Amino acid sequence: MELFERTASELSSMLKNKECSSVEIIESIYNRIDKVEDKVNSYITLCKETAIEKAKEVDNAIADGKELSSLAGIPIAVKDNISTKGIKTTCASKMLENYIPPFNATVVDKINAADMVITGKVNMDEFAMGSSTENSYFKKTRNPHDTDRVPGGSSGGSAAAVAAGEAIVSLGSDTGGSIRQPSSYCGVIGLKPTYSSVSRYGLVAFASSLDQIGPIGRSVEDVAMLYSAICGGDKMDATSKMREYPDFKAGLSADVSGLKIGIPAEYYGEGIDDSVKAAVMNAVKELEKNGAVVKNISLPSTEYAIKAYYIISSAEASSNLARFDGVKYGYRAKDYTTLVDMYEKTRSEGFGDEVKRRIMLGTFVLSSGYYDAYYKKAKLLQQKIKQEFNDTFNDVDVIITPTAPAKAFKIGENSDNPLKMYAADVCTVPVNIAGLPGLNIPCGSDNGMPIGLQIIGKEFSEQTLFNAAYAYEKTMGNLCKIPSLD
Amino acid sequence: MNNNYEMVVGLEVHAELNTASKIYCSCKNAFGLEVNSQVCPICMGMPGTLPTLNEKVVEYAIKMGHALNCKINSVCKQDRKNYFYPDLPKAYQISQAEVPLCENGHLDIMVDGKTKTIGVTRIHIEEDAGKLLHDDSFAGSLVDLNRCGVPLIEIVSEPDIRSVAEAKAYLETIRSILQYINISDCKMQEGSIRCDVNVSVHKIGEPFGTRCEMKNVNSFSAAIRGIEFEANRQIEVLENGGVIEQETRRWDDAKGESILMRTKENANDYRYFPEPDLLTIVVDEEKIAELKNSLPELPNAKLRRYVDEFGISQNDGALIAESVEKAKLFDEAVALKKGTPKGIIKWILGDISKYINETGKSVSDMKVTPERLAELVGIIESGQISNASGKIVFETMLTEDKGVSEIIKEKNLSQNSNTDELEALAKVVLAQNEKSVTDYKGGKTNALGFLVGQCMKASKGQANPGMMRDIVIKLLSE
Repeated sequence: MELFERTASELSSMLKNKECSSVEIIESIYNRIDKVEDKVNSYITLCKETAIEKAKEVDNAIADGKELSSLAGIPIAVKDNISTKGIKTTCASKMLENYIPPFNATVVDKINAADMVITGKVNMDEFAMGSSTENSYFKKTRNPHDTDRVPGGSSGGSAAAVAAGEAIVSLGSDTGGSIRQPSSYCGVIGLKPTYSSVSRYGLVAFASSLDQIGPIGRSVEDVAMLYSAICGGDKMDATSKMREYPDFKAGLSADVSGLKIGIPAEYYGEGIDDSVKAAVMNAVKELEKNGAVVKNISLPSTEYAIKAYYIISSAEASSNLARFDGVKYGYRAKDYTTLVDMYEKTRSEGFGDEVKRRIMLGTFVLSSGYYDAYYKKAKLLQQKIKQEFNDTFNDVDVIITPTAPAKAFKIGENSDNPLKMYAADVCTVPVNIAGLPGLNIPCGSDNGMPIGLQIIGKEFSEQTLFNAAYAYEKTMGNLCKIPSLD
Repeated sequence: MNNNYEMVVGLEVHAELNTASKIYCSCKNAFGLEVNSQVCPICMGMPGTLPTLNEKVVEYAIKMGHALNCKINSVCKQDRKNYFYPDLPKAYQISQAEVPLCENGHLDIMVDGKTKTIGVTRIHIEEDAGKLLHDDSFAGSLVDLNRCGVPLIEIVSEPDIRSVAEAKAYLETIRSILQYINISDCKMQEGSIRCDVNVSVHKIGEPFGTRCEMKNVNSFSAAIRGIEFEANRQIEVLENGGVIEQETRRWDDAKGESILMRTKENANDYRYFPEPDLLTIVVDEEKIAELKNSLPELPNAKLRRYVDEFGISQNDGALIAESVEKAKLFDEAVALKKGTPKGIIKWILGDISKYINETGKSVSDMKVTPERLAELVGIIESGQISNASGKIVFETMLTEDKGVSEIIKEKNLSQNSNTDELEALAKVVLAQNEKSVTDYKGGKTNALGFLVGQCMKASKGQANPGMMRDIVIKLLSE
């Protein structure tokens, strides 16, 4: 077994037992990248030099007998909307093609402090808007399980890199499903944490009230470990929550006896493939065999979530992306006459179609005369959806749903139909609207393509989600097999 | 202004707060430093940065709310005001829309000895934008972001102002209060107070007219000129049979005229919505009460006290009360109970104000402390030195760090009240001025002044002038 195929936990103990070095791990990763990257296209920027430098430091520290974190020396890929000091952070946009942040996102400071090794910056839908990573200005990432298919999005690069063995773990961001849906499509484990549990400082904002950075990996243990490393209150992010965050890896338990699982009818209806429903329900049966209790429930406001989502997220995006005006950094149009002409040309040329679509939508729903009819109503719906989830969690511990309605679609299949594309997020969006944690784990396949299920919990119940996933993983064995890509 | 018309004015005053750091980042809040030296990724609006609220800003604004008798909204949020301009790096300003921190207040102003109450609609907190730099030495415009994120409060008045004099009194009272509670430097030349002016006119007895807003008013005197110009412009339009359109105009103080910026149809749509990067502001009632108790005595209350307790005229009292420094000097000097309040105020409004105006120094720069001032006034009032000697002492105190008695001793200024000595001196002087003595006795009574003057001169100004005069009269009548 090659080093790139192993999990972070395995590599961590191998490093500790001096069975391998950090440099050997990173070399194994770059060999794998050399071999498969032209098929997968996960990365926008590779950081080989600094990565090897960092790996050497870790090896020296180990040789000196220093006490290091359990993630020290583990290669990690970072989504290209998370600011990395001195490393291009493009958001997969022409607008920021050459933008190099002068500071690190808080999560980057944290993974650096844990002595993780950043392999590079990975591809995404432009400004995290999309469900297929086809909206990247630079390249289309392909699904490692079938390179004719999309990896999902917007964190398509983060999921594909981990799935293909081009990174051990990765960071993504999730505004409406952008970690869970690509994790589902690529057959890896991805967590969208409780809103406010991970600092957003340095994450280039799409929709501030919904965005959340989260971990992706190939084992529950790895994801729990990485989540422990990045979560926590941050004085640089006023919306982050100062509270005690436990050691989630230490807290892992495969005992699910008595765990009450809710199955909401609204997530298993029309539009969800039978193969997906069957795979998810089979997984639920495995948990039931382990002692979990299954309960049928109803979340009637679910159908409104996606409508509220597109209003709230687009409204915030229209404001958040207004700063890309050609004045201070990023792209500026070559030929212009007046200031307004410069703004118009810069933004017309610098943004892709999907981004422009959302900015226009958001500008419209906030404009005078329409605010009450759209934005205000969407915020009211958000309250209702939140309330419904909260009430439900009086009766059940977790809710299990499909993560996506179907397996990964073919590249180009939904490109001309934004509404069909938006439907790919139907199961994940309500979780963001309610600010809850959601975890994707692979639970089967459809003609070789992975299918994922989503475990939803109440605020700050990540440990419960990890434990349910851990129980399933213990029963089924390794859930994330790396395709050969030969 | 045409006497058939009345103007209706509402004012929006923007005051920069003098907190140590900016409103949403830890950059220094300072004026006049090197271009783009007081900036960080947050106030420059770099992608991925987030604001965190400086709580001092909330406290300062609540203090102003209390000073203007406002209701304080202990729960309120911040909103984004979206618009594109190169001095606004995020392309939105964080402000407060629906619910301001303070609202429904009022302020008493004094015009021609009469008190008038002006309603205060609201006070909200917001961030300042940067500055565009234009110069012949370079092409295009450059942007200085030092001012970006400097905390502001916006104080919005009701349209209760009816004349230029009222507008002036309102602005001056606001400034005086800002200085008293020490939340703003109030330096006009540094742009730390600016205002937007809303003006309409109507014929007396008729309903209010359509208002126009005037922006870019960077000083109080410009506001006064602007209001006057705008009211007259509107009257002229109406008198010529025209209609006033609701519009936003820009005041050009150099040209002394307002220029159309945009009509109502082209009004900016700021697309306000709640700032998702910041939490709801929640201030506990205890803190709000504590801030109220921390307020110093404000100028209106001071003036009332000066008039009622000390019998000082409304005018003199106002001149002292509106200045934090002068009032402080006055209050401290009076508290020492050495000189009378009326005696002390005469010095502050006279020689001290003159010195300050001429040198541009502040009261605190002077070596004349409240103790020295009170002592000086007390010594003059007790007759120990003459008023003229008092002036010499004062002049000396301005330049030398010495006490009153030290200077009197050094300069030998002590007043002579010894009857025998003064009489001996007067006899010598009268003997030397026989002609004047004869004139006086012949009925030319104004010769008395000359003779007393000569005696004072002979005493080198040290003779008690009242006694000297009495002695001369006595000798002349012998």
